[in-house]
Amino acid sequence: MSAVFELLGDHPFFYGMSEEHLQVVVDCASPVDFEQGETIFHEGRAADACFLILEGDIALEIDPPGKGKHVIQTLHNGDILGWSWLFPPYRWTFDAQALSETRAIRFDASALRAAKEADPAFGYDLLTRFTEVLVRRMQAARLQLMDVYAADR
Amino acid sequence: MAPEFVTIRSVEQELEHTFTLVMDAPGGRFEFAPGQFTMLYAYGVGEVPISISGDPAVTEELVLTIRRMGAVTNALTVLEPGDSVGVRGPYGEPWPVAAARGKDLVVVAGGIGLAPLRPVLYRVLADRDAYERVILLYGARSPNELLFLDEISRWRGRLDMTVMVTVDYGDPGWHGSVGVVTKLINRAPFDPDNAVAFVCGPEIMMRFTKAALESRALPEESIYISMERNMKCGIGLCGHCQFGPYFVCYQGPIFSCGTMDDLCWVKEV
Repeated sequence: MSAVFELLGDHPFFYGMSEEHLQVVVDCASPVDFEQGETIFHEGRAADACFLILEGDIALEIDPPGKGKHVIQTLHNGDILGWSWLFPPYRWTFDAQALSETRAIRFDASALRAAKEADPAFGYDLLTRFTEVLVRRMQAARLQLMDVYAADR
Repeated sequence: MAPEFVTIRSVEQELEHTFTLVMDAPGGRFEFAPGQFTMLYAYGVGEVPISISGDPAVTEELVLTIRRMGAVTNALTVLEPGDSVGVRGPYGEPWPVAAARGKDLVVVAGGIGLAPLRPVLYRVLADRDAYERVILLYGARSPNELLFLDEISRWRGRLDMTVMVTVDYGDPGWHGSVGVVTKLINRAPFDPDNAVAFVCGPEIMMRFTKAALESRALPEESIYISMERNMKCGIGLCGHCQFGPYFVCYQGPIFSCGTMDDLCWVKEV
């Protein structure tokens, strides 16, 4: 049992995943490091991976012309980065930049997509986990949109 | 019921619409428990409930942090050192700081909600060994709406306290966390089997915070929130502050979520 297998098996995102499915994930995984300030991906480029942040801080940014980069959200230890790989056209929606030295696990998107097509049970398990992340992020985004502190202004 | 008139010592402009009044202690000595409030009277205008934001160990002055919202608070914004205000109190049930002894204390503040929680941190940090981990999670709308930045910086410098700050909307000069304060809860280093949470901020923020804390397996009996309702008398007579069967002014403003019996979800309460 590899170190990556144990690390992923202990991570809340993969809690309860069968050893067989976890091995599929491990086979798509590789450790990566990012320097502070390093761009992880650019808006519009091919969404060829997703990441599990082990340690560090990532900014999701958008860069409107003439206005400078705008950070829409930061992600941190334990967060999943990237879901544009799930559905066509498999293009990143935002930029991602490392705000600090970051260690992560990179999952190859093509391999994951092939695996979930080949094994519907694995695909269901994986999509269920990503859906939970999506729901939480959407709820958080809605809370942001509500501008609950507006009365403070 | 009659206010005691005290003299303003200093006025500190905290944010664009938020300021802190430091005034003589009513009667020369003012004791309060963290989470309690006063009724503050502006001559000829009216009274408003204001949470006490100072250090409970400092009894010769009264410190109130006020957000400019309406006629009374607008009248209070023009006060200068040497002016007088009327004060009644302290009123209300305080934060159960004693219940946190021997446990991790998670303080979650949103916006001006940090003001009524600051006395908790003063008290806890003055008796640090009585608590396990002390964690402050603070969120505001934007970087220029973060309250008590100097103190937050000092607290962050402590080795025996965790401070995590986030803003809903960053700006080009902001290099910190961007996102709602509830997102900090997943990363907060507390043991849900031995922790207490004090939460104060906009009611919607408190609802989402309660849900996030419960998803970390913190029982609702261990989550305390500060409710806000229109208060007029402050002493449980007029009924304006009723929240279901409770009077926020004297049975609150601090409530255990276990006591609330899902009242938070009842519309029009």
